[in-house]
Amino acid sequence: MEENQDVQAHQVIEETRLKYDPKKNVITVCAGTGCRAYGSLKVKEALEAELQKQNIKAEVVATGCLGFCEKGPMTVIHPHKYFYQSVKVEDVPEIVSKTVAKGEVISRLFYRHPETQKTLFREEDLPFYKKQLRVVFGKNGMIDPTKIDDYLAIEGYQALAKVLSEMTPEQVINEVKKAGLRGRGGGGFHAAVKWEGVRKAHGDPKYVIANGDEGDPGAYMDRSLMEGNPHSVIEGMIIGAYAVGSSQGYIYVRNEYPLAVTHLTLAIEAARERGLLGKNILGTDFSFDIKINKGAGAFVCGESSALFASIEGRAGEPRAKYVHAVEKGLYDKPTVLNNVETWANVPLIINKGADWYASIGTEGSKGTKIFSLVGKINNTGLIEVPMGTTLYEIIYDMGGGIPKGRKFKAVQTGGPSGGCIPESLLDLPVDFDKLYEVGSMMGSGGMIVMDDTSCMVDVARYFTTFLEEESCGKCVPCREGVRRMKEILDDICAGKGQEGDVELLEKIATGVADGSLCALGGSAPNPVLSTIKYFRHEYEAHIKEHRCPAGVCKALITYSIDAEKCTGCGACIKVCPVQAITGEKKKAHVIDDKKCTRCGACIESCKFDSIIVK
Amino acid sequence: MVNLTVDGKNISAPKGTMLLEAIRGAGISIPTLCAHEAVSRSGACRLCVVEIKKGNRTRIVTSCLYGVEDGLVVNTKSDRVLNVRRLVMELLLARCPESDVLQKLAKELGVEPQSRFVADTDKGKCILCRSCVRVCEEVVGVSAIGLFARGPHKTVGTPYNEKSDVCIGCGACVYVCPTGHIEMTSTEDKRKIWGRTFKMQACTKCGKFFAPVDQLKFISKKTGTPLEELKICTECR
Repeated sequence: MEENQDVQAHQVIEETRLKYDPKKNVITVCAGTGCRAYGSLKVKEALEAELQKQNIKAEVVATGCLGFCEKGPMTVIHPHKYFYQSVKVEDVPEIVSKTVAKGEVISRLFYRHPETQKTLFREEDLPFYKKQLRVVFGKNGMIDPTKIDDYLAIEGYQALAKVLSEMTPEQVINEVKKAGLRGRGGGGFHAAVKWEGVRKAHGDPKYVIANGDEGDPGAYMDRSLMEGNPHSVIEGMIIGAYAVGSSQGYIYVRNEYPLAVTHLTLAIEAARERGLLGKNILGTDFSFDIKINKGAGAFVCGESSALFASIEGRAGEPRAKYVHAVEKGLYDKPTVLNNVETWANVPLIINKGADWYASIGTEGSKGTKIFSLVGKINNTGLIEVPMGTTLYEIIYDMGGGIPKGRKFKAVQTGGPSGGCIPESLLDLPVDFDKLYEVGSMMGSGGMIVMDDTSCMVDVARYFTTFLEEESCGKCVPCREGVRRMKEILDDICAGKGQEGDVELLEKIATGVADGSLCALGGSAPNPVLSTIKYFRHEYEAHIKEHRCPAGVCKALITYSIDAEKCTGCGACIKVCPVQAITGEKKKAHVIDDKKCTRCGACIESCKFDSIIVK
Repeated sequence: MVNLTVDGKNISAPKGTMLLEAIRGAGISIPTLCAHEAVSRSGACRLCVVEIKKGNRTRIVTSCLYGVEDGLVVNTKSDRVLNVRRLVMELLLARCPESDVLQKLAKELGVEPQSRFVADTDKGKCILCRSCVRVCEEVVGVSAIGLFARGPHKTVGTPYNEKSDVCIGCGACVYVCPTGHIEMTSTEDKRKIWGRTFKMQACTKCGKFFAPVDQLKFISKKTGTPLEELKICTECR
């Protein structure tokens, strides 16, 4: 690259760059979708009004998602870094007059350690954050995602400037290869291998795509990145485009993610204005632009060839991929498709170097991974941990364990077509290969925790139902096979299971996995196979003993009242929607099994734990 | 020529040949339902699967879409292959229990209906191979029919199941349908298909009704041949 271009590239970045001042009076309010639902934007407005009223100078910043969704809205008061959780509008006057004005703390707003009851003042003190390594996701809390200057202030687009002024495309690919970056969307394919393939492939134009079609139930890490730090994804894509020689990019994002679409749109416009996207980026002869493509919400459109079909305006159906996308992808041109989180890792690798990056993680899986931790878990939220962190650390140290002291049963990783991992494997270090070995997968990083009140046959049925509906219906094994598995699971849960059903399920599952056209069908049997592998006894209890050990499957359970524990308070009588419970005051009540719909309302209402489910 | 091994036999085929043709050319039979010579291939039915070995890696591929490669080792009868084929047949028999074509093929492959599956009553004989959709788009060029919905709800039909304005009543879809699912009924001067009744053209020479008027109009428009010339049946031309 010519020398004057080199100087120019740095100048443009330096001119627009602000220095991040940690001593500034700043109040950040988490404004991810979750916290918005809790009313965080009202808290932000109230803070601004109150600051004006009390005539105090401080800036209020609505940031991206901080991850601890269980305790939203989260508000951090700088420069003290006081971490207030579950903040309400009513708390605002006190926050301004005490903490912002005088640096005094408000004890009730701090997080308390659930065991020691100790007050924890700062983010890094919380057990939820302590073991995390938030090198990708942590920047969400430092910026207003709608302002490019905020991103520039935290060294945003520095990696791009470095790449354009100091590195050849081959050097960029080598750096990513050395870092060992693997795709965060599910397959775990080496990003640099894809990039190299596209760089060498013949065809023009070449396309670069970010896959933001996050469709797994309970997973929202990509959404939070697109909403909370859109420029990191865009910067990664521009670097990737430079490396493979692409001039056109797409971000495929679900229409159900309106905030992500808005923030990405703003970010693309701002990047164009600053000469970071479009013609002659940073004054060099490299040109690249990005379009946003909104998906209509089909799960299968996260599959590469279905995603291409969707962008091309056709029905989102996969096609056989015997010619790889690096040669014939979007519009049959060489295409790099990487997940949102994968792209967000790229600037980090360039800024900090491949050696630093490769020092994090396990032998085969480098860097960190963002997981969404949902289900029967105390600390619902998003966490970012080094690859190789154990399931135990994730669920108990960060996740805070199972609510109400119940017993852990399984964790489903890898989304609906992942597998259920039992308690005996809690010490498993989580990375691409280890999860695959135990019959599950990394997927995009969803983790659904289940306790002893979850029936594993019912869980398999839930995910299989999801996959039945989301199968595109093109090939026979997936369309018909998943549906037949679901019918058998329905039967088992309804008490109509037959001898031989488990073996038949295994047989169908193997055929569907082998015979399906795309990865959706290929992995669709995972919930069935992994629950049979680790919880076969539950299937057998349903079929042979007509019993649901977890007390979930309504056809196989009965509700009764423990006469010794029941105080005759009448609470259950009041809540029962079908008047199935009778009894005099202060005398043990009785449930009429014929009327009872097993809705569980009586269990919720009973303070004496006297409802028996068998 | 490309050299490969199929079931232990060395065979060769021109570059670009699909495995299906190469294997059949070697006298080894492979069942298919959705690979029709008139249309492009979709790999939807999965009956033609074979197991391939490249280096140490084996995998299942559809032979109708996988091109021949030098040194490829193909197994058309491995347990994995037969398991997929058996499952596909069982699933299709349960979907279309009335289909004589499927029953015959199942017999040839030694597959019995799976009694645990409750047979469908609402799918007719349609196996969703999409040959009809492809012929209408690729050969006829009108795209009067398409695929709708997803997963188990997927069906073939005209948009919103309404009478199609673009259908020319040519019956190409009926011709390519492997199971005889698509209904076309004809009287002497009328033809009914996809819910629409088409007027047939009588040959201006012999008087025999031979083609839908709409089809002749479409051909005339597409080829520039005057309509009058097309009103003569192929026998009298």
